[in-house]
Amino acid sequence: MLRDITLGQYYQADSVIHKLDPRVKLVATITFIISLFIVQNFVGYLIAALFLVLAIKLSKVPFRFMVKGMKAIMFLLLVTVVFNLFLTPGEPLLTLWKFTITKEGLRTAVFMAIRLTFLIIGSSVMTLTTTPNSLTDGMEKLMNPLKVFKVPVHEVAMMMSIALRFIPILLEETDKIMKAQIARGADFESGNLIKKAKSLVPLLVPLFISAFRRANDLAMAMEARCYRGGEHRTKMKPLKYKRRDAAAYGILVCYLALCITANILL
Amino acid sequence: MGIIKTDKLVFEYIRRDEEGNVEGITRAVDEVDLDVKQGDFIAILGHNGSGKSTLAKHINAILYPTEGTVWVDGMDTKEEKHLWDIRQNAGMVFQNPDNQIIGQVVEEDVGFGPENMGVPTAEIWERVEESLKAVGMYEYRKHSPNKLSGGQKQRVSIAGVIAMHPKCIVLDEPTAMLDPNGRKEVIRAVRALNAAEGITVVLITHYMEEIINADKVFVMDKGKIAMEGTPREIFSQVERLKELRLDVPQVTLLAYELQKSGIKLPDGILTKEELVQELLKNR
Repeated sequence: MLRDITLGQYYQADSVIHKLDPRVKLVATITFIISLFIVQNFVGYLIAALFLVLAIKLSKVPFRFMVKGMKAIMFLLLVTVVFNLFLTPGEPLLTLWKFTITKEGLRTAVFMAIRLTFLIIGSSVMTLTTTPNSLTDGMEKLMNPLKVFKVPVHEVAMMMSIALRFIPILLEETDKIMKAQIARGADFESGNLIKKAKSLVPLLVPLFISAFRRANDLAMAMEARCYRGGEHRTKMKPLKYKRRDAAAYGILVCYLALCITANILL
Repeated sequence: MGIIKTDKLVFEYIRRDEEGNVEGITRAVDEVDLDVKQGDFIAILGHNGSGKSTLAKHINAILYPTEGTVWVDGMDTKEEKHLWDIRQNAGMVFQNPDNQIIGQVVEEDVGFGPENMGVPTAEIWERVEESLKAVGMYEYRKHSPNKLSGGQKQRVSIAGVIAMHPKCIVLDEPTAMLDPNGRKEVIRAVRALNAAEGITVVLITHYMEEIINADKVFVMDKGKIAMEGTPREIFSQVERLKELRLDVPQVTLLAYELQKSGIKLPDGILTKEELVQELLKNR
């Protein structure tokens, strides 16, 4: 059962967005999120919506996959909307019993809802079209300037990719240990929360021991294959900007400029 | 001097208590002299705790000798300046296939060694292709290692080592965690490499069937080399092997028992075909 968990939510398709350099996609996602907080009027959001629709259309990923991510934040979204709706002071629009909806409240609530929805869908476009692997690569390359400040960029990226590789293995192992403990009469299902948490100890202890053992073996195997950190290292799949990446950056700059002008003019 | 040579190699594990005082010393490897020629297929046998894995780790400079010296391709493993050359020249494959695959895609894992060595990108791709082809895993290059069988994973590990273009590979019980089919796959791949590419192979194992084609066999016991010789020489001493708590291949054992009960057979029969031939001669 635990084996079915898939990491990330990469959706395999042959599209321009899939082929873009992960750095472009990372920068674009961050820019898009920032733009959502810059714009203050409906025209701005209309531009953002158009940009998002364009990205979704180009990515060839079915829309329902993007909406999946929304389920998780539905509750958060509702709470935000309700609070903004009733608790913003201003010109009263409608009074329900003790609560008043103000004009300003309505405006912020709607904006907040749009922002959150766009934010989630926007970042799912990135995670759906980029493998975790190339995402790590992209981050490593983007954070490279931080090396000046002694940030261990290569090491962090290596740790992330090893973690990604070992998560399914450790999940499988958890499953195995769980079954072994159940066979010896362990009970993971019944009892209240505290009892359930306590019953996890005989699962977690062997799991940790095994994880450390694996880490030790892996470190030895990596050293045996001449691993010595990021120095002198070449890349099998180096990231190289292509023409379409430049075009994507161009579109991104235009989009940002449009957002800002819409904000200033209106 | 051969590709791998050890001279009076001693390695001691020192156990310490919590204050760091020496509690006891275990001699894992005790005055071992080895000399392996380039292109040889060497097998090292021994039951658990005989020191065979510790010996293997010396060849890759993961462990350093307490006393004595190890030379790999003429380089002393104790000299730090040779460390990376030694590790590149003497590749190592470990027991657990899961714990030595680093990449999330087969081809990326095979490329890991060359990446570390600073090989240019185009050449990495060539090396990955040729080494995956050498172990017969080329069609799986885009797969995730998690989806492969044990034997396949182990062959990927071997490909990862070959991609570094080593002169010899040390395999530390590569088949211990595999099923019989996986074991055959791996041994076949190793033999092919030895025969076709002339890579020196040091195979550490406790499966007797795997050493039949070796050029030379060393049997280890309590850190010392207890027996050495060709597989035939080793297997003709059934009693001695039993003393060392090692199993003899079933065919050899059958031949030995037949011999004891009065049928005329030569010593050290290794294969079924051989036994049949010899029995037919007796008719």
